[in-house]
Amino acid sequence: MIPLSWYLIFSALLFSIGLFGVLARKNAIAILMGVELMLNAVNINLVAFWRYIVPATTEGWMFVASVFVVAAAEVAVGLALVYSIYRGRRTSSADEIDLLKW
Amino acid sequence: MFLTLLPEITLVVLAFVVLTTDLALDRQSRAFLPYLTAAGMLLAVIFTIVFALPGDKPQLIFGGMLRHDWLTFVFRLVFLFGALATVLFSAGWERVARRGEYYVLIITSTLGMMLMGASADLVMLFLAIETTSIPLYILAGFITEDDKSTESGFKYLLFGAMTTAIMLYGFSMLYGFSGSTNLYWIAGALMSGELPFISMMGTVILVMAGFAFKVSMVPFHFWAPDVYEGSPTPIAGFLSTASKAAGFAVIIRVLLTAFPLEAFGGVDWTMMMAIAAALTMSVGNLIALAQTNIKRLLAYSSVAHAGYILMGIAAASELGGLSVVFYIIVYLVTNLAAFGVVAVAERTLGSNDLEAYDGLSRRSPALALVLLISLLSLAGVPPMGGFIAKVLVFAAAVEANMVWLAVVGILNAIVGLYYYLIVLKRVYLFRSEEEDKPVPIPRPSAVALTVCLIAILVFGTIIAPWFDYSGIAAGALF
Repeated sequence: MIPLSWYLIFSALLFSIGLFGVLARKNAIAILMGVELMLNAVNINLVAFWRYIVPATTEGWMFVASVFVVAAAEVAVGLALVYSIYRGRRTSSADEIDLLKW
Repeated sequence: MFLTLLPEITLVVLAFVVLTTDLALDRQSRAFLPYLTAAGMLLAVIFTIVFALPGDKPQLIFGGMLRHDWLTFVFRLVFLFGALATVLFSAGWERVARRGEYYVLIITSTLGMMLMGASADLVMLFLAIETTSIPLYILAGFITEDDKSTESGFKYLLFGAMTTAIMLYGFSMLYGFSGSTNLYWIAGALMSGELPFISMMGTVILVMAGFAFKVSMVPFHFWAPDVYEGSPTPIAGFLSTASKAAGFAVIIRVLLTAFPLEAFGGVDWTMMMAIAAALTMSVGNLIALAQTNIKRLLAYSSVAHAGYILMGIAAASELGGLSVVFYIIVYLVTNLAAFGVVAVAERTLGSNDLEAYDGLSRRSPALALVLLISLLSLAGVPPMGGFIAKVLVFAAAVEANMVWLAVVGILNAIVGLYYYLIVLKRVYLFRSEEEDKPVPIPRPSAVALTVCLIAILVFGTIIAPWFDYSGIAAGALF
């Protein structure tokens, strides 16, 4: 069987790629995609831990299911906000969304 | 068991009632919706006090998902009061006053906060945090025709989604370490002493990222001024009080139960929190000095106040817990009053720039008085509640052998006093050309402001009962 640590390394890499995407990408949609990668890394972690450490319990996959649902809701709201910004200003680049700053 | 959840059930029912009433009414009679919402919330307050009073022993309900104790009880009242005041301020704010979905979102968010205050399980905690946050993202960007509002909603969402994902990664680590999502189980697993220090501390940092965002702790405070400036003013008040209180409720519960100090040995999270507290209040206060917009000024001031509250958490003692609860209660009424004044003044002044506040005392003496009392309370001047709250957090820091932190806090209080007085100088001493135009106060806002004003003065003068209640609430953690 594949050792647990492989899954954890993979998920840590995925998380880092997602975080880099959130911090470095300019496009609002691409930032949201970065967040999705981070959440998927969390899901891989949870499923791997559940399968290898406590396969008899239900908490692990219950957690994964709720992360799925909430991530979908979050993206729906995010896209709606991007769309309402786009309608007002014809841009979805995070650099140009800069009315508010000190 | 269902009686203990009756306040939450009331809110769910209320959300559906408001949504259907909104469909049935025409545009004119929708002005009645905020009062319907407020009445429902008042009912939830009554249910909390009558049916959902916790017993002597804290109990875990719904399969260990929620913990029903005095801390839950006190925070429930705090969130409901914050939501009530926000709804009343919104009733006088024309752009949102007649929008049914606006009130439904406030109700849903309050429901999430009440669950946040009670969560004893990571799954529940995550769901509660998201139930609070997602409606708040929409509320911040609610005025779609205003570019600033949509932008603030979007910035709030991006910061929120990123920090929540980091926090969840920490949660998944905790699950891996302990094989359970229950906070008390996790504490037991960490206490076994088999985990290396670095992985425990790393997990604390990951988990704290999400919580720090909710309370705008440095370095996760960047969103606060932008979001407060752009969002509808009553919502800015809601974000800076109830939402922040929910974050602190989670921080004290999770840090004290899931990460017991004994598990660390020597260096633990108290030092990290102390440094974060010192940074948070210094950054908040120093940047506030340079602000020319009252909403941004109050935003940085609320960052600074998060720093003061973190002092009580860094103490990690019973006095520390007590001071946190007391500070949150006082800060809630004080900051609600301050943002309430801004929301009322904005209707007539048409601007949130500090210049617009010149000569406000001649245009509306009552409004100026509320602003005076609330800003002095924020600054920590006796006999207002803010003074006692500050004394308690400083005392907690000194008791925990963190005298340096108390000194930093006192220096910061002086800086804070300076910029609050600059606002008051404009309000009371400056003259403007529009002094003959009065600033009317809508009746619902007047009611909410009066209640907040009385509360600020009562918390500052009759201290003993509130001190005792905060002590009982904090006692549920030890």
